[in-house]
Amino acid sequence: MEDIKKLQEISSQVRRDILRMVHQNASGHPGGALGCADFFTCLYFSVLNQNPKKFTVNDNGEDLFFLSNGHLSAVWYSVLARAGYFNINELKTFRSINSRLQGHPTTAEGLEGIRIASGSLGQGLSNALGAALAKKLNNDKNLVYSLHGDGELQEGQIWEAAMFANAHKIDNIISTIDYNKKQIDGSTDNVITLGDLHAKWESFGWLVFETDGNNIKELLKTLNKAKQNTFKGKPIVIIMKTEMGMGVDFMMGTHKWHGSAPNDEQLAKALSQLKETLGDY
Amino acid sequence: MKEYKFTDKKDTRSGFGAGLYELGNKNKNVVAMCADLTGSLKMNEFANKFPERFFQAGIAEANMVGVAAGLTIGNKIPFIGTFAAFATGRVYDQIRQSVAYSNKNVKICASHAGLTLGEDGATHQILEDIGLMKMLPNMTVIVPCDYNQTKAATIAIADYKGPVYLRFGRPKVPNFTDENQKFEIGKAINLNKGTDVSIFATGHMVWEAIEAAKILEKQKISAEIINIHTIKPLDKKSILQSVEKTKAVVVAEEHMINGGLGDSIAQLLASKNPKPIEFVGVNDTFGESGTPDKLMEKYGLKAKNIVDAVNKVISRK
Repeated sequence: MEDIKKLQEISSQVRRDILRMVHQNASGHPGGALGCADFFTCLYFSVLNQNPKKFTVNDNGEDLFFLSNGHLSAVWYSVLARAGYFNINELKTFRSINSRLQGHPTTAEGLEGIRIASGSLGQGLSNALGAALAKKLNNDKNLVYSLHGDGELQEGQIWEAAMFANAHKIDNIISTIDYNKKQIDGSTDNVITLGDLHAKWESFGWLVFETDGNNIKELLKTLNKAKQNTFKGKPIVIIMKTEMGMGVDFMMGTHKWHGSAPNDEQLAKALSQLKETLGDY
Repeated sequence: MKEYKFTDKKDTRSGFGAGLYELGNKNKNVVAMCADLTGSLKMNEFANKFPERFFQAGIAEANMVGVAAGLTIGNKIPFIGTFAAFATGRVYDQIRQSVAYSNKNVKICASHAGLTLGEDGATHQILEDIGLMKMLPNMTVIVPCDYNQTKAATIAIADYKGPVYLRFGRPKVPNFTDENQKFEIGKAINLNKGTDVSIFATGHMVWEAIEAAKILEKQKISAEIINIHTIKPLDKKSILQSVEKTKAVVVAEEHMINGGLGDSIAQLLASKNPKPIEFVGVNDTFGESGTPDKLMEKYGLKAKNIVDAVNKVISRK
């Protein structure tokens, strides 16, 4: 219980970071980032076997994470900094000229924690599967994790990759879906309906779990269950039901905050709803 | 002029297959992927001998590129093979983000490039791939001229760290370069010293350039022939040295004139040493079905077209 409280405190601070980062440059994608703050917190402060201070772009024998929906960069940068990959003061440079914290994540400027560029959607699952295959060749028992947007599942490459994973029995991967049912043009149902996601992944040969992506206790439980089912011949996917804009009342229940930043007044109102637990950068 | 002999005709794709197999034996980090064209790419030998290091991607090229980029993170050196049309245009965005921008050590091995793919026609005859690939930062672009050179290039790129586009073809062509050559990325090869014109050729057009030079010799024209097997990075020094001497240039490539080797050389000369230049390549049109030989003739990619271009460029001196 104590651990969960600690993680909740971290995710509150991560949400503050996200809001302040996108506000500062009046650009970024707060909605999805806020919705996934709990997942990122669980991953980087509980789940991953990682070594932030000894980061290398190539795999050095640890768990790997791939962010396929790169526009969630703000939440990733926040947890990476908070986990010790780089100095939290660097969050100030998000999306500014000469920054390592590009709008979408990249390896070009050598930012610790990032192993491949993402932004153009649909590519991260393939990247993660390649890294997972390499782990098998290297006899490395660590795992590969990936995150994908639900709207991103409209990209055909995702399903090429899903088929590939099953065909090659890549069972050292845990992929996760940010299932908030929203994308830029509206709800996924109205844009291009995703249909029965659970059945889709299952029919592609994946072991499917579902969880509440904004409940840290449940998230950890599901991630652990998934972990216990690795190396059993099947790739694993977790469909995480999340709320876009989670933690800020006026940002929830709408797709409006997918790619727009709060103004001064909105920022103040949003921050008043999130406790400063670790100190703002 | 220097005489070039060949004892056999071989396809450059078989040079790739042989090089890959040799790499499999000597470097355990070399892995390979193919999108349902293992036989066409001559990757069977590798796939059979090293099944644990060969990954069939199926007809899903975008995923193949993405998986290859991921494999490099685990310190593997993936050689991915398919037809040039599907290895470039179809997966441009995947190459751009996952390979070039991310600077991953992926070797994109593209067969059946250009018109000499033949009877399958324009859908498969990509003539834009060199342009597409050379525009990408971090990308190295290599187009060897025969079996021996393709084999040597395949082996050489495994030791180079970074994304590479290796382009080769389907038909059997004269195999005339040294069997034991050492391939140096970015180092042009002077095949014949001449004084009246510099012919820069790449890929299958290198042999046509040699044939052209023989005809030109009878016309008392001394042609320098330079094999530009690496289009990017371009061997600027060798090109400028040759042009300084001959003061006339012909570029020959089995590719669209727009965006090809000719573009790169013209750009270099325009800023460093402007001289008359003529282009032998495909002029803003798609190909069609036919035998490789008939196609090369119809689209103006034979030795005689190089000869015509040389005469034209010399008259402009």
